[in-house]
This record gives sequence, C-alpha cells and structure tokens, in this order.
Amino acid sequence: MSKLSLRTFTMLQTATSVGLSALAWVVTGVRPIWNGSLPSDRQRIYFANHTSHGDFILLSACLSEKERAITHAVAAGEYWGKSRLRRFIAEDMLSSVLINRQWTRPEENPIEIMLSVLDQGHSLILFPEGTRNMTDQPLLAFRSGLYNLSMARPEVELIPCWIENMSRVLPKGQFLPVPLLCRVVFGAPVTVAPGEERRAFLDRAHATLLALNPRPERND
Amino acid sequence: MRHDISILIIGLLAVLTTASIVAAILCARAPKPLSSTLVNLTQRINAWWVMVALMTVAFFFGRYGMTILFALISFAALREFVTLTHTSRSDHWVLLGMFGIIIPFQYWLVWTAWYGLFVIFIPVYCFLLMPAITALHGDTERFLERIAAQQWAVMISVYCVSHVPALLTLDVPGFEGRNLLLIAFLIIVVQGSDVLQYIFGKLFGKRRFSPTVSPSKTWEGLIGGLVSASLLGALLSFVTPFSPLQAACVAFVACSMGFLGGLVASAIKRDQGVKDWGHLIEGHGGMMDRTDSLVFAAPIFFHIVRYFWTV
Repeated sequence: MSKLSLRTFTMLQTATSVGLSALAWVVTGVRPIWNGSLPSDRQRIYFANHTSHGDFILLSACLSEKERAITHAVAAGEYWGKSRLRRFIAEDMLSSVLINRQWTRPEENPIEIMLSVLDQGHSLILFPEGTRNMTDQPLLAFRSGLYNLSMARPEVELIPCWIENMSRVLPKGQFLPVPLLCRVVFGAPVTVAPGEERRAFLDRAHATLLALNPRPERND
Repeated sequence: MRHDISILIIGLLAVLTTASIVAAILCARAPKPLSSTLVNLTQRINAWWVMVALMTVAFFFGRYGMTILFALISFAALREFVTLTHTSRSDHWVLLGMFGIIIPFQYWLVWTAWYGLFVIFIPVYCFLLMPAITALHGDTERFLERIAAQQWAVMISVYCVSHVPALLTLDVPGFEGRNLLLIAFLIIVVQGSDVLQYIFGKLFGKRRFSPTVSPSKTWEGLIGGLVSASLLGALLSFVTPFSPLQAACVAFVACSMGFLGGLVASAIKRDQGVKDWGHLIEGHGGMMDRTDSLVFAAPIFFHIVRYFWTV
C-alpha cells in the first residue's frame, strides 16, 4: 500500500468519474459556489464535511475534468480494502487512496501515504472528521491529519468545502438517494499560522468549514 | 394545424429576436461594466431562447413529447420544493415515493386519459396515505409541518403541472387533433403576462401591490400586464376553439391566477428565507421561479375548457 504510483486516469477511471458526475448532476443538480477560492489546477487538499458515501462524488463533480484526473479521495482502508470487489471499486474505479486508521506497520502510516500522493503533484480530498457523521451535530471534531499534512507540505492549499444536503439525499442506512438540490461551497484557503498549536488550528479549520454552510437548519 | 404552428413559431422567433436586439443595443449604449439589471436581462432572454427551443421540440413530438417534458418539469419543481422545506430522516421513503411513484403514476394517468383517477389520485389518495406512512414511522417532531409541506410539494409541482399535458385529453368538438395548440395558447399568454407585467412594472411601476410579500410587484405592472396579456389572448384566438372575446376572458382568468401563483410562491420563498427556488435556469432562478404562474393557471384553464367547451 505504501508504494503508490499514481498515473493519470485509466479509461475505467475516466469513464467512472464522468458517469458518476453525470449521475450526481441528474440527482442533485450539484453546482459549486466559489466563495473565497477559485477553480485552479494548483495542488490542493480539499477538506469537507462527511455524511454519506456520495460526498466525494459531489465534490469531484464540481472540479474540472483536468483537476479530477489528479484528485484522489482519501478513504478508509478497513472498509474499502476488505474484499477484492471493494478494493477494485475504490482503487481501480474511483482512484481513491486507502489508508488504515488502525495501522501497525510503518509502511501503513497514513500521513506517509498521503504525503507520497502529494509528492507526485496530485491533490487530495480529505474528510477530517475521520468517519461519516451520523449524529445530529453538523460537524464532528477534526482529527490531526489536516494539521500534519499542512505542516509537512505548507505550499499545498487547504480548501474548506461545505457539501450541502447530502445527509438528506442519502441518510444513514439508506441506499436509494432522494433527488434534492445540493451545492458545494468552496471557501478561502486555510493555513497554519506561525506557532499555531495543533488543536487551535484544527478548531479554526473546523469553524471555517462550518461557517460556509449557506443554510444552517432553522431553530424554530 | 401546420399553418397555425408556423405562425406561432414565427411570431415567437420575431419577439425573441427583437428582445435580443433591444438588449444588445441597451448593453452597447450602457456604461461598462454592465449593471446587474442588464446582465440579468440578457441572461433571461438567452434562457427564453433555450426554453422556446425545448418547447418547440417537445411540440413536434406531440403527446409523447409534452407528457415527458412536463413529467421532467414536475421532477425539477418537486426537487426544488422538497429541498427548500424541512424534512426528517424518517421521511425518506415518503420522499422517494413522491419522485418514484407519484410522478410516474400521475403522468401515466395523463397518458391514458383516465380522468376520474387523474383528478383525485393526489388530492385524495396521496393526501391520506402520505401522512399515514409518515405516522407509521413514529417520528412526531414537527409532524404537521412536514406532512403539510409534502402535500404542498406534490399538489403544486406534480398535480397542478400535470394539468398542462392533460389538456391533450380533452375532446373539444370541431377542434380534434389540435389540442397541442391549447397548451401553446396557455403557455404563451401566461408566460407572456409575466414578461408584460415585468415590463409595465419597470416602466410605470409606482404603487406596490404587496410590499410585505413581493416588493417588485406593482399595481401598474399588474394592470398593464393583465390587460395586454388579455389582448394577446384575443389575438391568438385563431389557434383556439374560442372567439376573440372568449379568448380574452379566458386569458384574463388564467393570467390572474398566474399572478396569484407568483404571489404565493414569493410568500413561500420569503418564509423560507431564499430569493430563488433554485438555479436551473440562468438568470431566472429555478424551475419553480419560471413555472409558479403556470402552476396556478393550468388547473383553472383546464377546467374552464373542460366545462364550457367539451361535450
């Protein structure tokens, strides 16, 4: 797993990404709102809220064909690496990067794997909550990966992306999506301030992402 | 019918071409960068070109084209409506049923011209069964609000919209095989009325009709729009089973309902804190922003024609 050699998309990956983006548009009419950043082929880490398996499809549907071919979602190896079929879907079709959260051997170190992707000039889609959010809270606390990556590769832009409505389209335990309109709001890049502590940075990134939600649930 | 269609299409092309030329002249004369009103005007006119083209294509595919087109319009409108209202996780199956069962079934009823079930399927059966399913799920939080929103969503975006293609099922003596022209008449006068109200409002608007609901609607726009749309209806009477006077009256009623539809849609949007229903049509907003007037006008127009002109 540690020896990731990334190429640009295979035919299968291109076909999958075009097909899924079209499907995402038919179901959710997804469209990007660039609110603080702009589309660019700069190397980036897109970090987003995570409530459903469809999240990264929506996010990558908002990127250009060219960016999509070098942008990889980071997914849980425990889940997607479990069977041959799942691994085939995750790696050969979706071109995800699998990491194990309970890693033991040094070559499984998630940060090293993600850095190796960045070092090949590719971008990442990261869900810093670490898992799908099944609670009533809008956003769970962030894990440290975002901070570690940014400290190691400060030149890579960290773009917060709020994915709207996906928890309603595909709620917990359901497999058929309800067609509802979704937007992905891309915010201004976040950087670690000089001397900023890990927790302080993660909380700030958390607050920045949460603030992008264009329609917080009304409390009435 | 070929002859009538040619005249309608040439007329629409002439209007759109004139609009595009006027907009281009306005943009050329205006100081740069262009004001948001002019940018929006150009976007709106361009979107009209696309909408007229789509309608024309559907028109040539006849009953198939119209039924499928309006089923898709229902889909887009329902999606916008449900997105805007509060839903809970336990509503998932009801929501899926709205898209997966109610839309196809209602349009199948239109297709087979089963009038008896067409008029009661949503207002009776769905009205009773949808809240029953929601109650069976046992989630009572904001229950009335949720079931009311579901009812409204299917009534407005499926039931009302389906009355447009249902015009094809009416038997008007002496008008056989020309029912598509009834759809053309309804859409042209109602959408024309929206545009005319906008123009009269921009030119002469002073007294606001309802400041709390929709600040852009004025008495001057309303009266000017309704009168001119009724005249437009009279002019188009040659494609309908109506006399010119009848056509003007029918157009007046349809456009008045259309105005009220726009008002109700504005009130819902204001309540939900949004400006537009969605973003499907560049410059116009969502599908519901463009069809709110048609939604209110279609059932009334359908029943007027059915009551007075069919056997």
